[in-house]
Amino acid sequence: MTLTILYFAWVRERIGASEEAVDLPQAVATPRALAAWLAERSPGHRAALSDLARIRVAIDQEFADLDASIAGAREVAFFPPVTGG
Amino acid sequence: MIAVAVRQAPFSIDAALAPLEALGGGAIASFVGLVRGDDAVETLTLEHYPGMTEAALRRLAEEAAARWSLLGATIIHRVGPLRRGERIVLVAACAPHRRDALDACAYLIDRLKTDAPFWKRETRGEEASWVEARAADDDAAERWR
Repeated sequence: MTLTILYFAWVRERIGASEEAVDLPQAVATPRALAAWLAERSPGHRAALSDLARIRVAIDQEFADLDASIAGAREVAFFPPVTGG
Repeated sequence: MIAVAVRQAPFSIDAALAPLEALGGGAIASFVGLVRGDDAVETLTLEHYPGMTEAALRRLAEEAAARWSLLGATIIHRVGPLRRGERIVLVAACAPHRRDALDACAYLIDRLKTDAPFWKRETRGEEASWVEARAADDDAAERWR
């Protein structure tokens, strides 16, 4: 399954990319597991995604829980808590 | 009438409210958020999640319109680099009477703060930092649930 991963704000800065496409192992079923899997990709990924208390997630452009299912998703985004307005 | 926009360019308050004034209601309440000028911040840069942002704003406006029987709701949010004193956001609600317009306006800005994917980065001199989310904003949004 190919999934588009998006990063915003300081998550994007630490990883050094705003977007990447990944082929996901079937065992990776939630954003929490996905973050752990992505953290192995580079020191930047690890720095961005190791403290999940500071991370929020959207699945297919809807806010989602870290333990939600990503089965069938096309796009998952990781970002800090939002600060608009 | 629901209108939402995410844009880099400045906006006119008159132009933003004009479509609401044409709806025949007796009340429009609006809120305008500015880049604060009180703590040495020179530039505030707003990043967002294209696609998700517009959908989130539209949903917020539709929820407010349904909850308060609004005639119309408008949300405009700017992105990109903004200087001290510049407008960041406008939310406005049009209703037959003032109470619904005022409550819906407060709802729109309180919920926007926690439910729309925007991030602010402050620049002070050579230093840049991402703005941290505030618990008070979560509390303000929570009181509408």
